[in-house]
Amino acid sequence: MDIKSNIEKKDFPGQIHEAPGGGIVLSKLDEIINWARSNSLWPLTFATSCCGIEMMSVAAAKYDFSRFGFEVARASPRQADVIIIAGTIVNKMAPVLKRLYDQMADPKYVIAMGACAISGGPFFYNTYSVVKGADHIIPVDVYVAGCPPRPEALLNALITLQQKIKSGLTREQIKVPKPEHK
Amino acid sequence: MRNEELKIKITELLPMASFEEGGEWLNINLDANDWLPFARQMRNNEALFFDYLFCLTCIDWKAHLTMVYHLSSTKYRHNVVVKIKLDRAKPEIETVSRIWKTAEFHEREVYEMFGVNFLNHPDLRLLILPDGWEGKNPMLKDFEDPINMIRL
Repeated sequence: MDIKSNIEKKDFPGQIHEAPGGGIVLSKLDEIINWARSNSLWPLTFATSCCGIEMMSVAAAKYDFSRFGFEVARASPRQADVIIIAGTIVNKMAPVLKRLYDQMADPKYVIAMGACAISGGPFFYNTYSVVKGADHIIPVDVYVAGCPPRPEALLNALITLQQKIKSGLTREQIKVPKPEHK
Repeated sequence: MRNEELKIKITELLPMASFEEGGEWLNINLDANDWLPFARQMRNNEALFFDYLFCLTCIDWKAHLTMVYHLSSTKYRHNVVVKIKLDRAKPEIETVSRIWKTAEFHEREVYEMFGVNFLNHPDLRLLILPDGWEGKNPMLKDFEDPINMIRL
């Protein structure tokens, strides 16, 4: 059977130059680092409501985000690379989220999963306790719409984040260092 | 006991109680002043034996508040709902935390969310809300919070 892939597969960055007795690969160090980082992103175990159930589903056998390099969910922010904000952030949770983000080692990435994490969603109006979008607290790289999003949508967001890292366009990568005060 | 038998038994204990039927569980309406002695009887009466308070909450009807207690018996497997009307301007009711220990923190939640004052409660303070929310009662229908809340 002939299987044709419609996904444009980007292999290891660089050009191979054939030479007698072997070959030479020419590449940029930044691109190799981005390639390596994008293929090993460990998410933090962080879920505050029903989106968390979908996130668990993506982690489990049927969808299995380990296939794409989101190898294991880590229960410690110090070992995690990406935080998937899966659920409603309330005012009481906000300082906890900020603290978890601050404890993560650079480079770190953020995915806002679902309507609540994007804007407060169904809790935008008439509520005293919900943060109207997690990006009021920490910067977000990828937003996933849905209430909650399908597992496929989260997988797409994870792959989108990988592409963003590979092209060097995440907020972490384009950050300009702060000028030193003297 | 079935609802009909419960109704007869409870009428013996408290003749002024009124009932609502039609739902799965028998609803009992009574006055706030009758609640504490009635609750003791519900708990200790051998035939009723309501030893489990599985839900305690409050409703804001704008005109008045209603306290709602869901009682169950682990021995006889029967359930009732007790509803007590409270004055919205000065909501006060006797605590049942000495009869059902679980009421202690359920009442604290109703206290912070609706501002109901539970008389003789051993430790009446905020449960979930952070410091500084005393007296704000966010679950009341007329609650306003211009900083955190966007009105539709």
